[in-house]
Amino acid sequence: MSLRMLLRNRRALIGAAIFAFFLLLALLAPVLAPYSPTDINFPPMLGPSPRHLLGTTANGQDVLSQLIWGARPTLVVGLVTASITTALGLVVGVFGGYVGGWVDEILSTVTNVFLVMPGLPLMIIVAAYITVKGITPIIFVVAVTGWAWGARVLRSQALTLRHQAFVEAAQMSGESRWRIVLTHIVPNMLGIIVANFFGAALYAVLSEAGLEFLGLGNVNTVTWGTMLYWAENDEALLMGLWQWMVLPGLCIALLGTAFGLLNFAVDQVVNPRLRRT
Amino acid sequence: MRYLLRRLLVLLLTGWTALTINFVLPRLMPGNPAEVMLARFQGKLNPTALAALTIEFGLHTHQSLLAQYAAYWGHMLTGDFGLSLTYYPSSVGQMLAQAFPWTLGLVGFSTVLAFAAGTALGVMAAWRRGSRLDGVLMPVSLFLNSMPYFWFALLILYVFAFVLGWFPVSGGMSLTHHVAGWAGWLSLIQHAALPAATITVTAMGGWILTMRNNMVAVLGEDFVKFARAKGLPDRWVEYRYAARNAILPNFTGFAMALGFVVGGALLTEIVFSYPGLGYLLYEAVLNLDYPLMQAIFLFIALAVLIANFLADVAYVLLDPRVRTEGNP
Repeated sequence: MSLRMLLRNRRALIGAAIFAFFLLLALLAPVLAPYSPTDINFPPMLGPSPRHLLGTTANGQDVLSQLIWGARPTLVVGLVTASITTALGLVVGVFGGYVGGWVDEILSTVTNVFLVMPGLPLMIIVAAYITVKGITPIIFVVAVTGWAWGARVLRSQALTLRHQAFVEAAQMSGESRWRIVLTHIVPNMLGIIVANFFGAALYAVLSEAGLEFLGLGNVNTVTWGTMLYWAENDEALLMGLWQWMVLPGLCIALLGTAFGLLNFAVDQVVNPRLRRT
Repeated sequence: MRYLLRRLLVLLLTGWTALTINFVLPRLMPGNPAEVMLARFQGKLNPTALAALTIEFGLHTHQSLLAQYAAYWGHMLTGDFGLSLTYYPSSVGQMLAQAFPWTLGLVGFSTVLAFAAGTALGVMAAWRRGSRLDGVLMPVSLFLNSMPYFWFALLILYVFAFVLGWFPVSGGMSLTHHVAGWAGWLSLIQHAALPAATITVTAMGGWILTMRNNMVAVLGEDFVKFARAKGLPDRWVEYRYAARNAILPNFTGFAMALGFVVGGALLTEIVFSYPGLGYLLYEAVLNLDYPLMQAIFLFIALAVLIANFLADVAYVLLDPRVRTEGNP
């Protein structure tokens, strides 16, 4: 993957800019947020005003502060889950695709099984059984149910690479299996691995939002998903508190778009057939 | 044939996995929450029903795990999903039978519509690559694809049902009508319009993106260049040559997409209080009604599996290369 091409790609730049914006928001939350996100000492259900730029919630919390602090858990869930699923997918996919034979048969059957299993319903029942609520169980649930996609894509890539001349040459020269995988196969898949990472991050962020909206996260923590849960439960739109409902969803959608743009752009750079001509 | 047999094997294995997850989950979790649930219903349920549930969730039994597993399979194969705790004395099976047609109609219709519209738009974007349409369509579909379904549902519910009052706020149809007759059908369509729009719009983004990419790849192939060089009309090359080939990978991608769409549809139903499986699942989650929850998961999983298998069959019918695989 050529980094220079990525820097010249407009989609990648826009995606990276949005991602950087939310990353800064999350890192600088203590500095940027005017109040504590859990402070309930403000008058409830205020509209936007100079003191509360985005108004307050039905419980008297500052919406802007919640929105800023909410970036943290969302990014953590997105990035950590994506790292886990990509690593799992890489191990299962590359191992199966490279080793082949019955190992591959078993691994790809398991992958296919998890691929067809509808994710959200499975997540819901697993999450409903976990009595500890919070971000860690959500990461666990999304990672366990969502790794198959990456495994499938990475496997087919490993399969293609296995028959390339330079890999066969390395085999002839007597390099060990692990060395071939680590120095020849994986580096050549870097683009697809990165693209897959951003795809997985998008999936994780959306899944987290869905689970938290259902009240399956810890509803006392401040994330964009739990903000939507409370906004829905307190009928924010009917009360005219549109900013409380619209903005957390918009942030999720924008962060998701950033992940999508990066996924798409990296895919375009590594896959010459998709390049603009 | 070999291809279909393999897919059938995956179908059966996945079905088995879904059933086994349901069996293992309550027995795996520390401090079995089912125990709490049953304690709440002590005295409300009749003792036989309670005893049956205790066995189903692996509590206080002296049976071995293997015997429990066998008994569990017996129940599942005879369609005995137990009693719903939320809707007691209705059985889980009755609740499922009531909710399923709503979800099937809503999701089936919206998925097909989203697939058709998204594929058509993807073809157009790829054919006019670099044009303004392509430039606008890409970020828009990425955004649509990244929206939380339930959030979009809430917004259009607010605008079109509360503010403008064009559509009903919740439910599947108005209670004064029966399905028979024009008024009943109209009410049905009015109630389904917003949920269907939500699912169609949000699901469409993904199809546009994948179809565009497939199509761009196919347009670079020699046979497309040759068709152009032959002087075939543009439309002919666009649809008969390129699009027909570009659509094939979408059928294999259907599996992943469908699972995602169904998840989104469940959340959409909840927002609109649509009387389908999603809303039922929500009620089950709120009330910690584990028997109902698990049965809904199983039902959705099986429905998705069957839909996937049908997509595989369609793929075999459409792509002769798969049919001749292994025996050239």
